[in-house]
Amino acid sequence: MSVPLVELDNLTVRFHGERTVHAVNGVSFTLKAGETLGILGESGSGKSVTLKTLLRLLPENRTEIGGGVRVDGADILKLEGRALADHRGGTASMIFQDPMLALDPVYTIGEQIAEAVIRHEGVSSAEGMARALDMLTRVRIPSPERRLKAYPHEMSGGMRQRAMIALALACRPKLLLADEPTTALDATVQIQILLLLRDLQREFGMGMIFVTHDIGVAVEVSDRVAVMYAGEIVETGSVRDLIRDPRHPYTKGLLAANLHGAVKGARLHAIPGAPPALAEAPKACSFAPRCPVKVSGCDINRPPSVALGEARQVRCVLAAPAPGA
Amino acid sequence: MLTYIAKRLLHTLPVAFGVSIVCFLLVHIAPGDPLTSVLPPDASAQLQAEMRKIYGFDRPLPVQYGLWVLKTLQGDLGVSIATGRPVASELSRALGNTLMLAVLATLIGFILGSMFGFVAGYFRGSWLDKLASFVSIIGVSVPHYWLGMVLVIIFSVQLNWLPATGAGPGGSADWVWDWVHIKHLILPAVTMSVIPMGIVARTVRALVADILSQEFIVGQRAKGLLDLGVFRHVVKNAAPTALAVMGLQLGYLLGGSILIETVFSWPGTGFLLGQAIFQRDLPLLQGTILVLAMFFVALNLIVDVVQTMLDPRVQRS
Repeated sequence: MSVPLVELDNLTVRFHGERTVHAVNGVSFTLKAGETLGILGESGSGKSVTLKTLLRLLPENRTEIGGGVRVDGADILKLEGRALADHRGGTASMIFQDPMLALDPVYTIGEQIAEAVIRHEGVSSAEGMARALDMLTRVRIPSPERRLKAYPHEMSGGMRQRAMIALALACRPKLLLADEPTTALDATVQIQILLLLRDLQREFGMGMIFVTHDIGVAVEVSDRVAVMYAGEIVETGSVRDLIRDPRHPYTKGLLAANLHGAVKGARLHAIPGAPPALAEAPKACSFAPRCPVKVSGCDINRPPSVALGEARQVRCVLAAPAPGA
Repeated sequence: MLTYIAKRLLHTLPVAFGVSIVCFLLVHIAPGDPLTSVLPPDASAQLQAEMRKIYGFDRPLPVQYGLWVLKTLQGDLGVSIATGRPVASELSRALGNTLMLAVLATLIGFILGSMFGFVAGYFRGSWLDKLASFVSIIGVSVPHYWLGMVLVIIFSVQLNWLPATGAGPGGSADWVWDWVHIKHLILPAVTMSVIPMGIVARTVRALVADILSQEFIVGQRAKGLLDLGVFRHVVKNAAPTALAVMGLQLGYLLGGSILIETVFSWPGTGFLLGQAIFQRDLPLLQGTILVLAMFFVALNLIVDVVQTMLDPRVQRS
């Protein structure tokens, strides 16, 4: 098997400030070329931080990153200056949650896409604009010639996100990082953007990491899903396995806490309690205080990540096959 | 864009009207008789009445105003009571001198101020930021006439490098662009530039710090832009506000340079205004205030139009 497109090896991210936050605590996964991984988790679970590490977009001066990050064979944590800038937007690029905030308000969409192409491919500005037009057409924006000269505030939310996607894909990256790209959109627009992303991902043959807190969205686009909790991946598996047979109590809780099949008038299922504050690195199972099936030892030792077959792992003592079995 | 400019021009008409009324009334409300300065103290009541009639001060105020506006529109600002020369020609000479001084001071102030502002905004919290902020606070708060005198003591009296007063050798000779004349311009321009420098620096620092904290800067980095490319985005986002501040500062300097022009005996509008006030020279005072106020109105118009051209979001709202 060839080298994976993305290889995360025991990634840890700590933010130093008034107080230290252990945002990511030992995350490992691999992504093959052309594969889509969904990272599922609630706010503060470290999913966006993990994603931003792949472009080194976290504030340098107060972030401490440990472990290994390799994308397309390159050691991302060692990249500096121009090599890092070549990686960003060239090999890997990102779609942000709110394109209104992520696009520069005083440049036109065309200028902003062309700028990236000119930067990475050294083409003329006319060629850059031609590529911008081509990209806007590919993301199926209506009347792309006119949108080329439009400013972000002159477009609708869905159109802005299409423009953002056009910008991200303009330099044909091998890896697309999507940070909750549909969260800020209307439900009807969400599904259009998801379908578009899935189509483009196949068309361009990119690997994609898709971060979301919406199980439905993760299921829609992903080949594999990783569930994150308190800066750790608690369970990984194919979409099918994860939905049909969740093994980690947190995943089970998440799947139970949805509206499908809910009885009117009855209380909805919810996971009691709240995630830990992450002021220090986890020594035991982070989910233990909220876990309905906690056994002795969960509060003392960190559970190992148990492999349950190819590409399926669970970080829970109960998931381990019984000794001698 | 053209319709926007036309609309904006129409908007300035009522402002100009209001300004002209205020100019006219202010001078008349002020205590003191304009004739005391030209007539001997023991002039007879008959002579006083005659002079009043000649200058038109005997008519009702609205009529005086109407006549004044009518003449002003034809470019006739009346005759100076003190010198007997037409106000328009006195004013145009002084205006040229002031414009030169104010524009140069604003340019120096803007260039230095935005430099300090960018450095401070980019390196917020560092000693560079503190140094730049210190300099800009001094610029805003130091009394500039005092600074002018200090500079004169250092560079004219002690070092004897630059002339202390006037706009050329021999006092109020006509301006020529040669080194002898430019030497006269340096001290007043530098003194005056300290105010816009401080204000621009503080504005730009706040702007840059705000822009750098916005997510689209991360977006630009995520695109792979190098620092210089990101800097371009910061500049274009900061430009509309910074230029607006600069335009308004130019307006203040045009009208508010009485102290500096007096310290340096610079034959500009501020100097002229000072003279007109002390001599109760009503036509000269009215004319000068009106023209300066109109400059301010025009500058506001230009600032608005430029801002609209630079910032695509302004036009819609």
